[in-house]
Amino acid sequence: MPADPAGTLAGVAHQPGVDKPDPILVVEGMSRSFGGLLAVDVDKVSVQRGLITALIGPNGAGKTTFFNLLTGFDEADAGTATFDGQLVSGMSSHRLAKMGMVRTFQLTKSLTRLSVIENMKLGARDQRGEAFLRAFIPYLWRYQEEEIEDRAEALLERFQLSHMRDEYAGTLSGGQRKLLEMARALMAEPTLVMLDEPMAGVNPALTQSLLEHVKGLRTEGITVVFVEHDMDVVRDISDWVVVMSEGRVIFEGPPEVISQDPAVIDAYLGAHHDAPLTEEQEEQRIANAEAELAEREGEVP
Amino acid sequence: MNLVSILEQTISQMFGVNAMVFAMAVIGLNVHFGYTGLLNFGQIGFLAMGGYGLGMSITVFGWNPWLGILVGLGYALIFALLLGIPTLRLRGDYLAIVTIAASEVLRILVRSTTLADWTGGNTGITNFAGAFYEFNPFTERVYDFGPFFYTGPNLFILSIGWPLVLLVTFLIWQLMRSPWGRVVKAIREDEDAARALGKNAYWYKMQALILGGVIGGLAGILLAIANSTVQPDYFVPVQTFFMWTALILGGVGRVWSPIVGSMLFWGLLTVTDGVLRGFEAEGWIPRWLMNASQVGQIRFMLVGLGLALLMVYRPQGLFGSREEMMLDAR
Repeated sequence: MPADPAGTLAGVAHQPGVDKPDPILVVEGMSRSFGGLLAVDVDKVSVQRGLITALIGPNGAGKTTFFNLLTGFDEADAGTATFDGQLVSGMSSHRLAKMGMVRTFQLTKSLTRLSVIENMKLGARDQRGEAFLRAFIPYLWRYQEEEIEDRAEALLERFQLSHMRDEYAGTLSGGQRKLLEMARALMAEPTLVMLDEPMAGVNPALTQSLLEHVKGLRTEGITVVFVEHDMDVVRDISDWVVVMSEGRVIFEGPPEVISQDPAVIDAYLGAHHDAPLTEEQEEQRIANAEAELAEREGEVP
Repeated sequence: MNLVSILEQTISQMFGVNAMVFAMAVIGLNVHFGYTGLLNFGQIGFLAMGGYGLGMSITVFGWNPWLGILVGLGYALIFALLLGIPTLRLRGDYLAIVTIAASEVLRILVRSTTLADWTGGNTGITNFAGAFYEFNPFTERVYDFGPFFYTGPNLFILSIGWPLVLLVTFLIWQLMRSPWGRVVKAIREDEDAARALGKNAYWYKMQALILGGVIGGLAGILLAIANSTVQPDYFVPVQTFFMWTALILGGVGRVWSPIVGSMLFWGLLTVTDGVLRGFEAEGWIPRWLMNASQVGQIRFMLVGLGLALLMVYRPQGLFGSREEMMLDAR
């Protein structure tokens, strides 16, 4: 599938902070510092509705911090964020989630001692039985609970987790947990899904299926923002890429441009970021490492 | 050594006032730790709040005793708010530190001479529960049936207390299989995940803290009525740890574990006490090893040993699921 199927961003300039035709999320002047370290200092970023936007950058670029600020898991020192036309700066994470911005985590947070189906049902919004007093009277929420369960089962089917329905989520493999977390996020009927390194720690066989699921979100009209290190993944599924370094947005553009631009590749991904090592190079590296080890051992009496 | 009498005492204790009060308090602790994952090391403080709330309403303010029960529950609720507001936004350990400290502060406060006009200082508040015993149908001094041996007033409070324990157990069971229960269990597993799905984790933790605390307050009220007195020296931190022992014996986060754990805990204490005293009286235990006055301490050592063995061979407790326990280790 081609990136940006509708070509909505065809005429948009490739520069940091550029305006999008129909932004779902707009961030302006957002900064966050830890002691003397300015971790995030973003002038402007806007995210186009209905597309997949990747957030990339070298380690320590402030991607995750920025992610946490956007999703209410951390508080910005300054700046504003607008989600779906509403000012949401400083809003707590659960309220953002209720508005339709749902995130996942780099280290998957499956609720290990709840069954897979309970994990799913937790995701549903506006549950009547979640109010303390109503919880005592099943009559008030049983009908809604059945609806939620049907929806959860359909999603489990789609994510190929149906056979694990009644198992503890803790018994799932790493990849299945990623699937569960994504499916659970969909239970909340989000308009914007924020995925923090969705492919981290997933075996290659499952990566493809996860990628298809992410593309499936776009087909449904859900906006996706994700942080990722793997350039192949970024090239494969994203419609627009935002590159961060040292807390700032330094480049924006479609993935083809990003991977063609030698300056970006050299500066932020390394010149040989995805070129496989030749056998000689690898042997050379091993020899170097061994020599270094031997040297260090010599230093220790 | 009279084995039959030891057995009778043990069974009487398993259904006695101590076990009943513990069962109620441990249900609260189970709501906190077993379902919501809150580390409360000051459950005894909630009992004190309940007991003193009732006692002070009657003796100091001269209010209706039934209103006093509500006041006691209200005290426990306020205690939960005081503990929760500053700590529930922080990591779990902070609640543990604050609860154990607060329950000690509370005990020392009610014991102080400064407050003696209200709380009775180190003698506590006495003889206030008479109004409740007007309803006591068990007018004989002692009731002895089968293995059970209770005084009339005790039998009265037991006949109220145990059904109450069962009722609260039922309500908690109902609550924990509702969507509300799902949210608090999710918070136990991972608070951030719950927040990311739109659940106000802080508010749910507060509700759970209040609920478990008020149940603790109810336990304190039952204790106060049973003894017709509240005394500060009962409310020492070690009581909280006995409650934890009962909870772990039964199995954390299970419906029946508070009841069965509490009964077992008091049963074990009584049976070891009886057997040790019997052995001592028969002269089977050499004096250099143990004398009669040390029985009280040594039975706790044995219970501790039992708990240690339980942790080795059945860490999930009696009702827990080993499969679930192992998931935790990942």
